[in-house]
Amino acid sequence: METARLELSEVRKHFGSTKALDGASLMVQPGEVHALIGENGAGKSTLMKILSGACSRDAGEIKLDGEDLRLTNPLQARDQGISMIYQELNLAPDLSVAENVLLGMEPKRFGWLNRKEMQDRASAALEELGAQAIDPQTTVRRLTIAQQQLVEIARALVSDPRVVIMDEPTSSLTQADTERLFAVIRRLRDRGVSVIYISHFLEECQAVCDGYTVLRDGKSVGSGESMSQTSLDEIVHLMVGREVSDIYAVPPHAMGDSVLQVVEVSGLDKPRKVSLELHTGEIFGLAGLVGAGRTETLRSIFGLDPMTGGSVERAGKRLPGSRPHERLREGLGLLSENRKEEGLLLNRHVADNLTLSDLKPLTRYGWIRESAQRAAAEHWIDELGVKTSGPDQEMGKLSGGNQQKVAIARLLHHGSDVLLLDEPTRGIDVASKQQIYRLMGRLAAEGKAVLFVSSYLPELLGVCDTIGVMRRGELVAVKPAADWTEHAIMLAATGADESVA
Amino acid sequence: MNKLTQMMQWKAVRQVIEPFIGLFVVLGFFAVSDVSHILFTGSTWNLLLVQTVVVALGAMGMTMVIISGGIDLSAGSVVALSSVVGAKCILLGVPFPLVILCCVLVGGLTGAINGALIAGLRIVPFIVTLGMMGIARGVAKWIANNQTVNYTAKYGNEHPVRSILERTDFRHFFPLPPGVWLTAFLAIVMILVMRRSVFGRHVFALGSNEDTARLCGIRVQWKKMAIYAIAGLFFGLAGLMQLSRLNLGDPTASVGLELEIIAAVVIGGASLSGGSGSILGSMIGALIIVVLKLGSTLKGWENHIQEIIIGVVIIFAVCVDRFRHSGLLKRSRD
Repeated sequence: METARLELSEVRKHFGSTKALDGASLMVQPGEVHALIGENGAGKSTLMKILSGACSRDAGEIKLDGEDLRLTNPLQARDQGISMIYQELNLAPDLSVAENVLLGMEPKRFGWLNRKEMQDRASAALEELGAQAIDPQTTVRRLTIAQQQLVEIARALVSDPRVVIMDEPTSSLTQADTERLFAVIRRLRDRGVSVIYISHFLEECQAVCDGYTVLRDGKSVGSGESMSQTSLDEIVHLMVGREVSDIYAVPPHAMGDSVLQVVEVSGLDKPRKVSLELHTGEIFGLAGLVGAGRTETLRSIFGLDPMTGGSVERAGKRLPGSRPHERLREGLGLLSENRKEEGLLLNRHVADNLTLSDLKPLTRYGWIRESAQRAAAEHWIDELGVKTSGPDQEMGKLSGGNQQKVAIARLLHHGSDVLLLDEPTRGIDVASKQQIYRLMGRLAAEGKAVLFVSSYLPELLGVCDTIGVMRRGELVAVKPAADWTEHAIMLAATGADESVA
Repeated sequence: MNKLTQMMQWKAVRQVIEPFIGLFVVLGFFAVSDVSHILFTGSTWNLLLVQTVVVALGAMGMTMVIISGGIDLSAGSVVALSSVVGAKCILLGVPFPLVILCCVLVGGLTGAINGALIAGLRIVPFIVTLGMMGIARGVAKWIANNQTVNYTAKYGNEHPVRSILERTDFRHFFPLPPGVWLTAFLAIVMILVMRRSVFGRHVFALGSNEDTARLCGIRVQWKKMAIYAIAGLFFGLAGLMQLSRLNLGDPTASVGLELEIIAAVVIGGASLSGGSGSILGSMIGALIIVVLKLGSTLKGWENHIQEIIIGVVIIFAVCVDRFRHSGLLKRSRD
């Protein structure tokens, strides 16, 4: 057998008393797309940091094409042919595409930039990716997220990499862009580049990856040569270390009276005259492509984005005011799709984050009673099973899933009975997702109404009672979830159903 | 778990102690020098506290502004404006309590204008308050006719305004002038407000993440307006103290005071990017600056040396702070 492109054996790394990696092994062949799978906190990011030179290992071996690899900084990794493409795009938005592609390795002549060569090399790299459509002179800010990602991949390509690592590359892409990205990944593979592909979307890994390795608690617990031949059940089982019977099983709940009527709500650009009705005990899913206006609909209802037309009503009566504090007063609550940028105060502690929207009941003579705040926080920590050292822990130190639980707990602490949840399961691990589905079901059973935006169709179909599909700012179809299929939703979302008919 | 609670208790203790460490280091330096017998006397400390009052009051307002993620560059000019307005009022025969009110309200008014522009027109605080820095200074000079407003010729040395910060006993620590007591009282009130009131929590939330604050139903623009107006009240009060100390209204005084105030807040551990800081820290920051100044004077170092030392201390304080935080961050990433 030929030498592996990259071979990690028994890599260990600890930070203080926590073992981040406890014997991780990984073998990637030349021209292989290898899936690295694991829940949040399984050690994926630490492993990637070690591979990209951002931190060092305590023990274990890493061989690149049979040679021992020791990295002390990220620059060395690039020189050795290891390129990293991070989850958050790392581009300078005001520089041109070409400048970004060659950032840090600009061709120079007598110390001055060689613009011609820069253009040429950037174009060449983009062409290799099949992205000729992107003009190297455009400012990156003006590109779509998907295009920006291609620029980032082009940047990885110009250093002639042997291994490209992609961390959750599709988390902000539409289905079509994802397909295009997969084509690019296959091109890289055909060139003999090895790709390590990290993603929470197992179906995606099946579609694009060859081999796989599953990490759990810092250890490699399983690997195989063919991801597509392995059942997802088997992989999920390896990830969580136990049987996951039915991930979408939610507690039974029954739909009751109408609690919120959204009547022809329009925003600046999106949404356009969206009308829908939420009932007690209902989980209403909103599907659609990225940019279809789902998030904007939620934000307009909640008053975070301006509402240019229509009304939000309860029992036929228009809600007073239109700003977030007035909506909160009327029992609406919104969970932001951007947990880190908008949803939470990462540098404050858990208790503050949990109670921020409703501190008044925790006061006496206007002063916050810290004991009451703690008690309230502890109540919700218990109730939702948030893994934290306590109400005093800094928010940023919690894992994604637990952060999300705190963000949801804030809505519950506020006593909202209409919950607008925007991508509540984005970027969190399978076990946490399952807990959030169950929670949504429980809340519905308690008589709350949930409006659930998601880009992931299986979860919408699995959890919702009713699903509406949005396209270009309009709500084009609403049906009971049982009457939808993934295929039908995609047709409605892309407008293909009408062009056929 | 037990270890963790212990760690957290230690953290709480550290939060209280840490700001004092800088002060002890500075005091320690002077303690081993040849001026210690002058520096460590009741009378010197009486003077020290009197001299800290203006910066300390300014720092109370500024700390709140900086925690909320803003900045107020107009503080020094507003102090000058308030002192000139106060002096003018005295000349016009306005009764003493109203003089106090006028000074404070002038500050509050400029702060409200700052807040209205920042919140209403969404202009960044740096620009708005930079503008107000010029405007307030100009108005002060205009009202004062480009000269100091002197009321001692008319009222002699005995106007009650003088008694606010007047030192009566030059040999002992007590009695402290009422202005010092008022400042201490306000500091305690502000510590409580920032730590324990809903308003304080909202200020921290605003500085940590404005979007989150809005999402949680905090009326962000109103809060900003209130924050700058309240800060203005403190600057106005600081102007009154300045008036009492100088015994005249000087439109050209307090140039650069805003930077001294910001320095005190930063030395006290606040971050200019918002979301962190403490009133107690800022008060100690103000003391550190005054101790450095007085200590340098006692040592016979000239003004330029003092300026260099204070500059170095600011940078040093921020470095230490950064060091601490990066240490924390590293641990949290792991």
